[in-house]
Formats: sequence, structure tokens, C-alpha cells
Amino acid sequence: MLNIDCPWCGKRHETEFHYGGEAHIARPEDPAKLEDTEWAEFLFMRTNTKGYFAERWLHSHGCRRWFNVIRNTVTHDIVGSYKMGEKPPKLPKRTGDAK
Amino acid sequence: MVKYSIFTIARNALTGHQNWPKQWRSPEPKPEYDVIIIGGGGHGLATAYYLAKEHGVRNIAVLEKGWLGGGNTARNTTIVRSNYLWDESAAIYEKSLQLWEGLSQDINYNVMLSQRGVLNLAHSLGDVREGVRRVNANRLNGVDAEWLDAEGVKNFCPIINISKSARHPVLGATLQRRGGVARHDSVAWGYARAADALGVDIIQNCEVTGIKREGGKVTGVETTRGDIAAKKIGVVAAGHSSVIAEMAGIRLPITSHPLQALVSEPIKPVIDCVVMSGAVHVYVSQSDKGELVMGAGIDSFNSYAQRGSFHVIEHQLGACLELFPIFSRVRMMRTWGGIVDTCPDASPILSRTPVDGLYFNCGWGTGGFKATPGSGWCFAHTLAKEEPHPLNAPFSLSRFESGALIDEHGAAGVAH
Repeated sequence: MLNIDCPWCGKRHETEFHYGGEAHIARPEDPAKLEDTEWAEFLFMRTNTKGYFAERWLHSHGCRRWFNVIRNTVTHDIVGSYKMGEKPPKLPKRTGDAK
Repeated sequence: MVKYSIFTIARNALTGHQNWPKQWRSPEPKPEYDVIIIGGGGHGLATAYYLAKEHGVRNIAVLEKGWLGGGNTARNTTIVRSNYLWDESAAIYEKSLQLWEGLSQDINYNVMLSQRGVLNLAHSLGDVREGVRRVNANRLNGVDAEWLDAEGVKNFCPIINISKSARHPVLGATLQRRGGVARHDSVAWGYARAADALGVDIIQNCEVTGIKREGGKVTGVETTRGDIAAKKIGVVAAGHSSVIAEMAGIRLPITSHPLQALVSEPIKPVIDCVVMSGAVHVYVSQSDKGELVMGAGIDSFNSYAQRGSFHVIEHQLGACLELFPIFSRVRMMRTWGGIVDTCPDASPILSRTPVDGLYFNCGWGTGGFKATPGSGWCFAHTLAKEEPHPLNAPFSLSRFESGALIDEHGAAGVAH
């Protein structure tokens, strides 16, 4: 089980959280002008990174707030978490299997 | 290829079974192939086999980064069925089931298909309506399906608990009698042996590290065993599809997740069918060795690690015990995980791509094993004719732009 560091509540078990998938997917600023391919990109296409990955989590059984986590999808190591709207922390040099 | 039969068994018995030939060769890669299949799991090997058998393509290589069938082919819970809701899915999964029914004879390899019947349980009024609807949809598509009420479920699977006081009581189930299980390793080995006999080069321990392109067309692959040229490339890499796609500059709507399964210690025969429940999240069958084989849903987070979190297993065993209190003292022996390539609409992608000569067969997610023969058959057609077969035309990558999604979350759901 992952131990996830909530920026508000501290380290808690994974069972307190819900997963929100890839982070930093910006909602289109002018949806009415979007082509079908751009909608597909926003709605469905995902980076699915092998290695260090920025992802969203929701502390559903705690503070009920969304935040971002950098986690390695090969080793499950969590590098750090940060609040929505903040810049991600620097990735470690050792990238392991990072792609 | 030595044909397996009772006579070859008898002949080899006379020499103490010391002289069985290798089932397939381990050739060095040639400098060039007409078609390269990336991924030596069931789907990739089936693709190579049908390309050689149905379309006469002989200069084929299957590149596998590990060993044959060492990924999801050997990690699933071996359930075979075709009772999907929508016409498109019913057609391709039913094609697959029909191929399953003749597969052992076709490839001269016993895949131990056991059509013992698959129950999909309903635990709420919503489940009942959805189940009855699916039975009717299946019948309209020529797929065998029956609706059983709770008593009918109990008759079909006597150890199940249909008590009305259960937290999620069993109210009924869909039954596909032609569904069942098959031996997963045999599928990979059987297809490998049959493909090899038709001249397909199966190259293991050969990881693809790059896709070479010129003017928007593929020209070959870079691998850990050197560069290999190819006119066409079929990618059948399951959980690693996005990694290969990135090498070719393509984006996929796929996320990779761990899917865990487990087996118990072997016990005497106690359950002679497959029971699945999407609502309480578990599916169970019993292997020929006597182990209870169980699985449930994916771990929520993205991962390439072939392992998941323990609470997912705890949850599925809770569900299992509610359905089968008789299993409460059975010890679990082994758990493992595979990396599944889930798609937003729980349907696969068998498709051309924006890169000429590059084709993807992926997105089977949690339920690819049952589709192995049909997937290979359709993908072979797509590669040979350079256009999809009508069976897999709806499963194109462009459906995520057109919006023509094939939402099979109900039929795929947890039930694989």
C-alpha cells in the first residue's frame, strides 16, 4: 500500500485517498473553438509515463482536497506532493526506468 | 513440426520421452522482415500465426523483450466468454469464442478449453435489469445467454450463498454456458509452435528500443539485439503500448494499471463453473490442480510494476467470503499482478495509426485473454490487407475523435 503525503494532513495510507490520474491537463480556454482532435487530446489521450509521473490524488477520507504527487510508476517511490496550482518539485537525478 | 497425437506419445514413450523435439526454434533475427510483431504474448503470437496461415505472409518476426507468454498471458484468470452488450463487441468476442472452440484441433495443441459456464451475478434491481437486458442483447446477436433467478443460481452453483440477509444478496445471474476457462500457457505455447512451423521467427529477449521512420512511414525497429528492418510493424504490447507509441510519436488514450490475481492452496473439486460479480468485485473459478483462482478490479493508480496494493486483495476476499462462506478457512497461496492497458471506453483498439505501416492492437485492459484468438485473427487481417476487417473496424483509434465510443464498462467492468 502506498503512503501518500497529503500537503495538509501529512502522511496517510492509500485507502484514505482516491486517484485522479495525470496532473497538469489544462482545461481548454476556449472550448467552442476546439477541433475534434483537440477534444480527443484533452479528454482521452494520456502520457501514461513509465517513470516519474505527476498525478492527482483526492484525500477523500480526510481533508477532501485535491493535490498533486510525483511518483515513480515503476518503483512506486513517491518523491513529493504539492498543492494544486503550485509548480512540481524538481525530479531526482536518478531516473531509474524513467522514460 | 511433429504432429502431437496418441501415436507420437506412444512412440516417445518407447524412448523414455527423451527425444521430443523443441516446440519452436530460437533463430537469430534476420536483417529484414515483411512484418514485425512487437510483443510475444498470446495476442502477438496469434497475430503471427493467422498472418502466416490465413494470409500467406511468411517472412514474420515476433519480438519479445522477455519470454513467451511471460506477461499478461500468464497472469490472467483464464476466463473465456463472449457475452458483451454492444453489437460491435459481441461480434468480435463471439468470433473469438468460435475460434476457441476449434483451437486445440487447429493448432494441434491442447489449450484445455473447458466450457463450464460463466455466471455474472446481479445484486440489485439495477443489476437485474442490466443483466436481463444483456441476455436479450446477446441472444439478438446469436450469443448464447440465459437469465437465472436466485434459485437457478443456487442450482447451477450449489456452494453459493443466496441468503436474503446478505449485505449484497444474489438476486439472479446471467449464464453463458459456452463460456469457461482455458489453460493460458498452452495458448501462448500452442500459437508459438504453430506459427514457428509456418516459418515465423520467434525472437525472445529482444526488447524494442526505437521505431525507425522515414517520411511518415516505418522502416524498422531498433532493438537490444540490433536494428531490424520491416515493411510493417504490429504493436501488441499490452501494458507497454504507450511506451512503444511514444517511440513513434503517437499518443494513445491508454493508462497502464496493475491488475492483481491470486490462487488458494489446492482443494478438492468444489466449484465447477466460473462465478463473477461486478457489484461485490470478485470472480472465482477452480483450476485443474484444485486451486481457487480469483481476481478483482484494477489498482486505481498508474503503474508498470506488475504488483499492486494489498487492500485491493483484502477487498476482493471480503466479497468472495460473502458469496462463498465455505471458503473462510482456505489459505491463499500466491498473489501476483500484471500491467493492463485500460481504455476510456473499456474496449480495445485494433487500428492503423497516423504513421504508415504502424499498427496497434492494444487497450484490451482487464479482459484480453478471452479475445486472444479473435484479436490475432482480426489484427492479422488488418496487417495483411492494410485495412481493418469489418469485425475490428469499429475499434479504431479515430473513435476517440469521432466520439463513436463502445462503452463496455458494464460487460467488462470487473468481470473479465
